[in-house]
Amino acid sequence: MRLLTHNMLSSNIKGVTNGFPLQIEAVKVVEKQVDFNPDFLKNMFSKVDWTALAAASKALGYADLPEAAGADMLDSDDFLRRFHHALLQLHLEEGALVCPETGRRFPVSKGIPNMLLHEDEV
Amino acid sequence: MWYLCVFYHRLLDYRKPEVESLAELFGVFNSRESESGRENGNPEKNCLQWRLPQYHHPDSPFHFVDLPSDDIARKIANRSILVKGVYELWGEGSTYEELEEAIKAYPDEQKLPYLTSESTFKITIDSFGKVMSSEEQNDRIRSFSYIPFKGRVNLRSPDHKFWVLETDDSGSNNGLPPVDQKRIFFGREVGTADRKLLPTYQLKSRTYLGPTAMDAEMAFLMANQALTAPGKLVYDPFVGTGSILVAAAHFGAMTMGADIDIRVVRDGRGPDCNVWSNFKQYGLPMPLGLLRADNNLPPWRPGLKEVFDAIICDPPYGVRAGGRKSGGRKLLKGVVGPYTVPDDKRTDHIPSTAGYCLAECVHDLLDLAAQMLVMGGRLVYFYPVLREDDTIDTNFPEHPCFKLVAACEQILSLRYSRVLLTMVKIGPYTEEIAESARIQHLEFKENHLKWLEEGNLRSAVLSPVDSHSGGEGYAKLEQGCDGSILID
Repeated sequence: MRLLTHNMLSSNIKGVTNGFPLQIEAVKVVEKQVDFNPDFLKNMFSKVDWTALAAASKALGYADLPEAAGADMLDSDDFLRRFHHALLQLHLEEGALVCPETGRRFPVSKGIPNMLLHEDEV
Repeated sequence: MWYLCVFYHRLLDYRKPEVESLAELFGVFNSRESESGRENGNPEKNCLQWRLPQYHHPDSPFHFVDLPSDDIARKIANRSILVKGVYELWGEGSTYEELEEAIKAYPDEQKLPYLTSESTFKITIDSFGKVMSSEEQNDRIRSFSYIPFKGRVNLRSPDHKFWVLETDDSGSNNGLPPVDQKRIFFGREVGTADRKLLPTYQLKSRTYLGPTAMDAEMAFLMANQALTAPGKLVYDPFVGTGSILVAAAHFGAMTMGADIDIRVVRDGRGPDCNVWSNFKQYGLPMPLGLLRADNNLPPWRPGLKEVFDAIICDPPYGVRAGGRKSGGRKLLKGVVGPYTVPDDKRTDHIPSTAGYCLAECVHDLLDLAAQMLVMGGRLVYFYPVLREDDTIDTNFPEHPCFKLVAACEQILSLRYSRVLLTMVKIGPYTEEIAESARIQHLEFKENHLKWLEEGNLRSAVLSPVDSHSGGEGYAKLEQGCDGSILID
């Protein structure tokens, strides 16, 4: 699971009002090469929750993202490379996503987060 | 400028919408918009002008289309799946004499640049619906000696390709309604489709397949309808084995997919036979994300919107594969009360699911698309319809955020078709729309059983045909495009 996906997900358990961001329990993290596409990154920047991305990136062991970021930083190639690495190349292969409100663990195995709810959570 | 557009004689309903989508992709309507001073609501703004050749039926493979330039015409043809070729027409006629007059009357300044002594050329005869011997073809080719070709013939890789295209004489059986008179066209090839894609991507050589994997030709058509292009993000909420996303990735898009069945997205049939390996097989970039999620209860964070450029999918509408959603059948029916999964059993617990009827599935899909598509983004999906008296009900799903731009029918059996709907997002997802979607969501939940029964297309497809319609006891379900019929 890339952090792009993590940035889009929340705990949708019935009754949970604050399901985002999901905390990451990392068991196995791998890096996967993705072609660098500045236009895609610039496009995605406005849609990403930066605070959540920076925290998630740190949880996966990559602390090179600034705490806060503004659109003016998109002109910097260095910034875009870091953004690219954090958003698309870091992979949570095994671990879990934890609901910040209830502590419910959504397992991630073979890189696939399992977001399906149990009967009593629907 | 008018071009002769010749189609492969298949998927007739899909031909023009594909060309129109590609025209949009290659910016035909942007330039038109600036010319006409950005007139909003002009109904012809996003349409191409089409014309039929004399004596031709709308199902004919021959059409004329108005395109701004050779360059655009070539791009459209090269990217398309159903365009056999786009030609600059030098002349047409009902007889070879009429054709000769027409070609001679075509302005020299159009012709001479392609007839110079430095260039090579080739003439090919293509007759629709009949076979011509090679002597006959050579005689025909020689008869064009009145065109002042200065260059040499090169059959392997000519600079300019000329085509003599003719339809059969009237009355013969070429699968089309008879024409009063045959028509012969002579034109210069501007571009052709790359059908080599299809054998490369054909399903029978794909490693990981499911029972409802989308046939390669159709997947490419869907990707074209969705204006798939490099740098765009395409999502399939019913990803299965990824057959639709493979086509989107081929055209350069980033992809994401979800499925409720975790075995399909996570495990496949082993380490080298899963959704990822289907992309690896063709050297395509892997999907950016795959997840297990329920389209009925999507796990997107609040406030997330307008992230996907296109959503392309084949929803599970219960004929070949039934849809599932979270919540047990008994639970939703009220037979058992709400219950709690014991803590020690939570980890390996397999949540029960219930049937997911067509109406609810489409409602969720439209709501997802309204929220998650960028403005101008496209939702492309199949919608099942019953055929009665050779016609179909054309009341397709509607949504205030969307405009329907194409509905292409593919007939699957005597009684059952699927229609590929292409919708464009034209309005933002507002609070009011979100609220009405929420209310409808609750209504679906309350009327679960009722919807399940009403939405039961499957029983209509498979129930006995009325006795007057023939001896067959059951409606005939033709073989699906992936060669399998699955009825669960």
